[in-house]
Amino acid sequence: MSLLLLAEQVLNGLQFGIMLFLMAAGLTLVFGVMGLINLAHGSLFMVGAFAAAAVAGATGSFVLALIAALAAAAAAGALVEVLVIRRLYAREHLDQVLATFALILIFSESTRWLFGSFPLFLNIPEALSGPVTLPGGIQYSLYRLTLIAIGLAVAFGLFLLISRTRLGIQIRAGESDREMIAALGVDISKLYTIVFALGAALAGLAGALVGAIQSVQVGMGEPVLILAFVVIVIGGIGSIKGALVGAILVGLTDTLGGLLLPLFFGLFMDNAAATSTGSALASMSIYILMAIVLVVKPSGLYGAKA
Amino acid sequence: MKIKTLALATALAALGTAGLAEPLKVGMITTLSGGGAGLGIDVRDGFMLAVKQSGNTDIEVVIEDDQRKPDIAVQLADKMIQSEKVDVMTGIIWSNLAMAVIPSATAQGKIYLSPNAGPSALAGKGCHENYFNVAWQNDNLHEAAGAHATSEGYKNTFILAPNYPAGVDALTGFKGQYKGELSGELLTKLGQTDYASEIAQIRASGADSVFFFLPGGMGISFLKQYADSGIDLPVVGPAFSFDQGILQAVGDAALGVRNTSQWSKDIDNATNKAFVESFQAEYDRLPSLYASQGFDTANLLLSAMGKASVKDADAFRAALKEADFASTRGDFKFGNNNHPIQDIYVREVIKEGDVFTNKIVGVALEGHGDVYAQDCKM
Repeated sequence: MSLLLLAEQVLNGLQFGIMLFLMAAGLTLVFGVMGLINLAHGSLFMVGAFAAAAVAGATGSFVLALIAALAAAAAAGALVEVLVIRRLYAREHLDQVLATFALILIFSESTRWLFGSFPLFLNIPEALSGPVTLPGGIQYSLYRLTLIAIGLAVAFGLFLLISRTRLGIQIRAGESDREMIAALGVDISKLYTIVFALGAALAGLAGALVGAIQSVQVGMGEPVLILAFVVIVIGGIGSIKGALVGAILVGLTDTLGGLLLPLFFGLFMDNAAATSTGSALASMSIYILMAIVLVVKPSGLYGAKA
Repeated sequence: MKIKTLALATALAALGTAGLAEPLKVGMITTLSGGGAGLGIDVRDGFMLAVKQSGNTDIEVVIEDDQRKPDIAVQLADKMIQSEKVDVMTGIIWSNLAMAVIPSATAQGKIYLSPNAGPSALAGKGCHENYFNVAWQNDNLHEAAGAHATSEGYKNTFILAPNYPAGVDALTGFKGQYKGELSGELLTKLGQTDYASEIAQIRASGADSVFFFLPGGMGISFLKQYADSGIDLPVVGPAFSFDQGILQAVGDAALGVRNTSQWSKDIDNATNKAFVESFQAEYDRLPSLYASQGFDTANLLLSAMGKASVKDADAFRAALKEADFASTRGDFKFGNNNHPIQDIYVREVIKEGDVFTNKIVGVALEGHGDVYAQDCKM
């Protein structure tokens, strides 16, 4: 195995992690501020991808497609918050899980009804397609590099939003004591709708960005959702910083595990057995990581003390 | 007097055909919602098109959606057998669902015609006189891909498939017919959508070609990312990643890729031409291989209905086994294990106007059966 391959895989892991962060950020905010488990977060990811594919198909512009994805996911998020989610804050987690699971089914079937059962086409914009050569001779996809840049910019923006703005103060206050900030005269229901729509918009953005290199199809959000839950558990629920660190950890573990574990088993096993054992362990690696983090820090890396 | 004779003749004629005009109820369990719905919808539409074209009013089809979940498929099968009292079952797309439903349905005396899944467990020792596969045994298209790679002179192929039974079978099928060396072999996660890591390994491996089996959305993701990576090695795969429903989503990234299939819309026979035209007229899209399989399944069933009553199980099975219908694939017959013996073609992805589709460039395997048939005691 060459150093070049390893470097490329580190970049891949980073890019994967950054995209997970966009999903996990919304999830962790909603859980942290409203105490709500939102299984339908993956559907908002899908809404973003479908909106982007539809607009890109109609106009041919990737920038417009991204704007459409943000707008559609935020609008869908706000609508769902007002119509359904709002009624769930006071109820127990089981009710929330059931209701948001129902939302997944409703989103999926409505999307199929609108767009049909076949995957849609959304491609990388011409200007960003193809590989570039990085210092050291690594050939790497320009689009993936752009994804890393956009993701880091969003992370920085979120950090500023949370630490420097009035909305950020309210969000942080909401995380530590919901009743108290309502008592202090903050319009809590408006705050909830904004937080929910913000999380939805981030998920929609991730859906559109990832949709260009993956398949835009019904149900595309659910596998990502599971990983996003792993990320927020590792990072500590409610913590944006935790979500970022957790996402990059999960991305790197997953990518490097898939590469290194089969090689490691190849040292003392024959090829076929090493491939299957290595692949099996690699699929488990992020869950093993989660288990280790939980043993050492039960409330996650940056979680508040339980 | 004359009228009396006429009436008698009519009555006799009616008696004579009574055995053939027996009504028949078909239970179709297929995937109509969720991620894999495109396949089930194509099978259903192909099947119903054939029924409609036959004008046969004795056939009744009950259609249910299994949501790609084995437990739901089992419930639906129970319902169809016990309360709907169907005679024939069909429709299942996925091998894991097929394994959950078919053995118990055939054991209860129902005829099962598979329009897609062909798990090896049902082709060898587990074969059954009531089970007919009208599509292929799971390994077939991968074996053809291996044969094609060999005939193209590839010496150092990199192969990958998802880590589940059909994926492992795919790699086995490919290796069975491939004579070169492997530069690498990967089992990816089922449902994986990001292949950056695998593509980096392909780049580093020094391979001269790539074989992959990644059905549905996995294949779309892989091909788009592969095209963007700048690697320029030839790719071969089974038709599942290049069917009509998926190609439009992959776009230019798929152009020129060779894939193996038992069916293509340009197979030159009258049945196929009529099928492609009427499918387009009826549903306003090009048919996929799944649609052709649904269409052939219905025509096989209709041909058997014309020969024997479903109430006479032995005669009906014999009528099915004759496969006396005009297949969209041209030559089609059943082997001893009730699985197809057919030609498997190599197709290339092309662009016709604005639409991506396939054209045949050669035959990979002629009159090909499957390796499990010898284990079938039937």
